[in-house]
Amino acid sequence: MNMVVCIKQVIDPEAPPASFKIDPSGNKVMPPAGVSPVVDPYAEYAVEAALKVKDAIGGKITALSLGSNQLRDIVKKPLAMGADELILLEDEAFDGGDSWSTAYALAMAIKKIGDYDIIFCGREASDWNAGQVGSGIAEILGLPSVTLAEKIDITDGKAKVQRSTDEGYEVVEVSLPCLITASNEIGEPRYPTIKGIMGAKKKEPVVWKLADIGVDATQAGAQGRHSQLLKLFQPAREGKCEIIEGETPEEAAVSLAVKLREVKVL
Amino acid sequence: MAENKGVLVLCETKEGKLASISTELLGGGRKLASDLGEELAAVLVGSGVAGLAQEAIAYGADKVYVVDDPILKDYQTDSYLPVMEKVVGQAMPQVLIMGQTSIGRDLAPRLAFRLKTAAVLGCLELAIDPQSKKLLQTKPVYGGNAQAVFTTDSFPQIATVRPKAMTPLEPDQSRKGEVVKIEAGLDPSAIRAKVLEKVPEEVTGIKLEDAEVVVGGGRGIGNTEGFEQLEALAKLLKGAVGATRPPCDNGWMPTGAQIGLTGKIIAPELYIAVALSGSSQHMSGCSGSKTIVAINKDPEANIFREARFGVVGDWKKVVPALTEKLKELLAK
Repeated sequence: MNMVVCIKQVIDPEAPPASFKIDPSGNKVMPPAGVSPVVDPYAEYAVEAALKVKDAIGGKITALSLGSNQLRDIVKKPLAMGADELILLEDEAFDGGDSWSTAYALAMAIKKIGDYDIIFCGREASDWNAGQVGSGIAEILGLPSVTLAEKIDITDGKAKVQRSTDEGYEVVEVSLPCLITASNEIGEPRYPTIKGIMGAKKKEPVVWKLADIGVDATQAGAQGRHSQLLKLFQPAREGKCEIIEGETPEEAAVSLAVKLREVKVL
Repeated sequence: MAENKGVLVLCETKEGKLASISTELLGGGRKLASDLGEELAAVLVGSGVAGLAQEAIAYGADKVYVVDDPILKDYQTDSYLPVMEKVVGQAMPQVLIMGQTSIGRDLAPRLAFRLKTAAVLGCLELAIDPQSKKLLQTKPVYGGNAQAVFTTDSFPQIATVRPKAMTPLEPDQSRKGEVVKIEAGLDPSAIRAKVLEKVPEEVTGIKLEDAEVVVGGGRGIGNTEGFEQLEALAKLLKGAVGATRPPCDNGWMPTGAQIGLTGKIIAPELYIAVALSGSSQHMSGCSGSKTIVAINKDPEANIFREARFGVVGDWKKVVPALTEKLKELLAK
């Protein structure tokens, strides 16, 4: 089973909210000082999904990461977790992209990899929360896709995917090759083992530039966008909370109950 | 090439009726269509859905496209995608709206890539720019830490909208509209990803998304027993219990109880937020609540900036006293 997992390096979404700042240009977020970037947590679920398939039936996992200034220690994490290869699509021309230009570049890189049975993506990424790259890659490559996967079983050359729905879940049977996006129900991504970390240290990623994957500059990054970002802002908080006081917490609770009746909330 | 005009809403059905997300989208879509001075159309895709066309009209649609075929009983990417491609080709809308549901989230991006246009998923607000007449799409990004406004130059402009972000119109059964039938014309062998089985989540009591009162607990609740106390308060108020992410990750609460960007979206009359800090991630799932009451021992917790009323104190003391007093007051 040959698998490709798309990952990316992002600003740590667990960084304290107070450190979150928008660049004065108003169209990007400033990396918080002193907080190291991380592998997108949603992408880690995709890595975990691929590792679970590898555990069950064996196979080879290639992690694929697009961006500029990718810190090797960060983006090597999938290798430390158990992936076999790492390919970086690293070119400044990828900067400022949207789901379109990103999916296009990833799809072209996957075409170049050539031999794949399943492509995994996170259901979205923690920065722009776009939730489109997986479906976009599938459409560009003409593959069937199953989004929001909670569980994957491979039998008789097909994947049986438990897909999260608003009502519960559904079981979808899909022919291979296919694209699957992983949801958090897939299970906590495993911690890298010491052996994994040592192995990852010794492995050098393959680096591909724009020209290596046959993508024209007009289709990459900001130039290849299909959507325009008009404004990025932090919504204002109202901050009009009425604190209900009391000698003891119990007294305050009683006053709160009375208040909620008074203002007819209850 | 014909011009793209008007607004098209993909309607979902539930238990033989229009799903609540769809009546919301028709309400919001009606406003956008009026701002454009153009038509609001709805599309019904499914099996045995033709009878709902009049309901869509009552909720604001001027025209309803119906694609009714047994093969469309379940949502499957490979069947709905070509059907929607066909419908869009015929309707030629400027704007196409779907719900941010397990259908919309799957279909919208794939359709956008097929039609070489762009989609914006999980919008909170849609508006028409008065000058350009383009659709402006506002959505939370960076886990709710910020919001972004997008637009697109290509048509249709596709958006999915989060539940409870728009308001349905009062249905008017006397409204008249046109119904247009479209053949699915699908080849079953082209469906590569097949739905074998659908398993509904087991819910005891009131569903979180439908409850008028929600009691939510965070990491500070500490364990399953703690949530039982919240359950007692919720039961008294005929409400439901939800949680932030850590209690679900720790197994104190089921995954389905998670409220937030990666969980359920609620907009109850009253949200009682207990021992939770009010992270952006969580708030983006409950900021539509009419009244938020915060109980937290940390006076600096972000939740007090979001709440209307607050008590600073240990929830273990506040919640039982609040439950007792409310029991007494509600009995009167």
